[in-house]
Amino acid sequence: MADTVTLTINGQKVTVPAGTMVLEAAQQAGIDIPTFCHDPELSRPGACRICVVEIKGWRNLPPSCVTAVTDGMEVETESDAVVEARRTILELLLANHPEDCMTCQKFGDCRLADYAYRYGIRNTAFIGDKTDFPVDESSAVLYRDMNKCVLCGKCVRVCAEVVGRNVYDFTSRGFSTKVAPALDVGLGEIDESGCVSCGSCVAVCPVGAIVEKNMIGKARPWEVKKVKTTCPYCGCGCGFDLNVKAGKVIGVTSNPDSEVNGRHLCVKGRFGFDFIHSPDRLTSPLIKKDGDFVEVSWEEALRYTTSRLKEIKAQHGGDAMAVLSSARCTNEENYLMNKVARVAFGTNNIDHCARL
Amino acid sequence: MTNSIGEIKDCDYLFVIGSNTTEAHPIISLEMRKAKNRGATLIVADPRKTEIAELADIHIPLKPGANIPLMNVMCNVIIEEGLYDKEFVANRTEGFEELKEAVVNFTPESYAGIIGVPADVIREVARGFAKASSAAIFYTMGITQHTSGTHNVLAVANLSMLTGQIGKPSSGVNPLRGQNNVQGACDMGALPNVYPGYQAVTDSNNKEKFSSTWGLEQSAKVGLTVGEMMDEAHHGNLKALYILGENPMLSDPDISHVQQSLENLEFLVVQDLFLTETAMLADVVLPGASFAEKDGTFSNTERRVQRVRKAIEPLAGKADWEVIAEILTRMGYPHEYCSASDIFDEIAKVTPQYAGISYSRLEQGSLQWPCPTADHPGTVYLHSGKFSRGLGKFTALDFEPPAELPDEEFPFVLNTGRRLYHYHTGTMSRRAKGLSAIYGEESIEINPADACRLSISNGDMVKVSSRRGSINAKADITDRVPQGMVFTSFHFSEVAVNFLTNSARDPIAKIPELKVCAVKVEKAC
Repeated sequence: MADTVTLTINGQKVTVPAGTMVLEAAQQAGIDIPTFCHDPELSRPGACRICVVEIKGWRNLPPSCVTAVTDGMEVETESDAVVEARRTILELLLANHPEDCMTCQKFGDCRLADYAYRYGIRNTAFIGDKTDFPVDESSAVLYRDMNKCVLCGKCVRVCAEVVGRNVYDFTSRGFSTKVAPALDVGLGEIDESGCVSCGSCVAVCPVGAIVEKNMIGKARPWEVKKVKTTCPYCGCGCGFDLNVKAGKVIGVTSNPDSEVNGRHLCVKGRFGFDFIHSPDRLTSPLIKKDGDFVEVSWEEALRYTTSRLKEIKAQHGGDAMAVLSSARCTNEENYLMNKVARVAFGTNNIDHCARL
Repeated sequence: MTNSIGEIKDCDYLFVIGSNTTEAHPIISLEMRKAKNRGATLIVADPRKTEIAELADIHIPLKPGANIPLMNVMCNVIIEEGLYDKEFVANRTEGFEELKEAVVNFTPESYAGIIGVPADVIREVARGFAKASSAAIFYTMGITQHTSGTHNVLAVANLSMLTGQIGKPSSGVNPLRGQNNVQGACDMGALPNVYPGYQAVTDSNNKEKFSSTWGLEQSAKVGLTVGEMMDEAHHGNLKALYILGENPMLSDPDISHVQQSLENLEFLVVQDLFLTETAMLADVVLPGASFAEKDGTFSNTERRVQRVRKAIEPLAGKADWEVIAEILTRMGYPHEYCSASDIFDEIAKVTPQYAGISYSRLEQGSLQWPCPTADHPGTVYLHSGKFSRGLGKFTALDFEPPAELPDEEFPFVLNTGRRLYHYHTGTMSRRAKGLSAIYGEESIEINPADACRLSISNGDMVKVSSRRGSINAKADITDRVPQGMVFTSFHFSEVAVNFLTNSARDPIAKIPELKVCAVKVEKAC
């Protein structure tokens, strides 16, 4: 078998490794094909059919995510037949989708809305029943509205294949199909659902069916400044984006470029940031006067601190002084603390919490 | 870690000892699952039946402190059956004869009792580890927080060198560091015996190098570790302490002793986000800045140096590095740092492992040290071809029981650790609404048989006491803990378990024995 395969996509010659799927070949050529159920990290059910393409000589429209390229294949990704098929799929999905985009947390970052816009679906021809599932608000950190679900199954697969918890699966049949934890318990009933609240399902959901509870109503995607940084909890060193609006951190979202963790985080990384704006935060230096803390200026605090330190150094010598640095602080700060001990105090009495 | 997190999925034999990986390092546990899904064998040695232990092919519920016996027995089997890597042992190690002699009496039959599985199972694990094409050891505080902590790590090193399971992809010795920048704090010389880059203060060349770089004659006298600082403060010899972002009043063993020590200081400065239990004792409290409020770098458990980026202005007006730099200046040592990047450039100058790293390179992606030059790509795994000291040295080790074992008065072993939903002393995680809503109250795990014997029902308040103090907590009756052991975390000040723990320390690393102390359990009235 040849190592590479050359095919034509929308009239453009593309050479890719043998075994590549048409979808990825198109992506490599810079051609965007819509997807719901496809995710490069997960298994491929080829279920949603929104990625269908037309291939010369083929009778039907195959899903490009599970169709391997062959030599000389001629693919059209936006032919009339393809567009008609996609429009029908979108109309069917929209026929059973709540019309509350205005207040949906996913507004502006929703694949269903993106594709409806792309293919100009204003109204659906399929008028009929709509599902009326109760919203699952039982989780402390996740909000699940299965009426918005497009049944792509990515949450089911990410939880089974990556997180290993198998919390979700499809329940019921046909129109009543719904993704739910076993016995349809609330996600927040963690003893029964088995959910560890890592939010990998949020990271893969293409629509507003699963969203971060703490971000609801806080900001629209275009109002948010995303700042890539490194998690302050354990030593894994996961990367994520701090979502900032008006000088406030309003949430944490996955950054797929994170070298250690990709889109996956644990519950602390994704939902453990409230301490930043806690009302308990100290915002002014304190000096204890007659047994009580008194707020003082930085100038007074630093002047007093350094004069006391200098007195003690003069009286007892540097070895009567010590520094406890911090495994929570940056390398730069630890380096400077090492200079405080070894230069300003003149002692090697420096340690931190590595042993604890 | 000698390996990288990305190599775990390709590992064929994972030997996890004293690590509650799914709770304490959740993202690393995902990589272990990937390896397992690929067909790798997972062995977990831990007294508790943790989630990772339940996932394991074999769970070894070893008795607290039985780490050296387990690894010595594995070495015994491997040598006895000729399964050791003869070429690796001959070319890359020294002291093999001493090891052979030291483990000769460590037969599986004689130690199966405290290891907790039948002799044949230990043999199976030893064979599997030795024969695997790539085997890696993963450990955390479960083996280090013992009075034999250093020797436990040396036992890990013995096993990996004996089998040549180190210095290769997906094969090595992997301590999983527990705090976001504990690796970096060590790299930066926040330790009493080394300058940045693990350059010993006792080495005259290093002393000269740093004396000239910093323009001040350096002392060759090794300083005090945190536990020794507390002792010296208690004795009145230590007068001033400057604590940055730590809370020893919850995290350190024997809290009553810590409190007396800190109260005995002439001057205590604490720089923190919150008025912690420790800050309450301070003479001056300087407000800290959170990770979202400053630029900098963290180094993770696999030696990966990554950027921390300022997302919002510091709530108290200053980033921590600015405060520390100002203290240096006011103490008579003016600085020229305009940014965190300037400090990093100085770090790179004095720290060989970081010499090739700069903020401009980190903008293109993170780098794993050692990265000695500006065109070096960083190091994915350590000890390829050669150990840092040249030949790897085997150490003869004997079984060293924990300092305080159960007796008639204190019949239980108290084990401590972490929970998935919280972190360290809880100052950050307990202020996260979601985390507190899910896990808002701490309890103490006790085995059903023990609970039954003491007439304790699930959720009953129990009083747990050691020779040093007592705490009350709700009982969580579960077979996660074996009979004779109770377990809780150190995250909650309401259940401050370190009032009970033993401050007995490993004589080399000075790490306290937080994993084993003797306690009694009673129903609280």
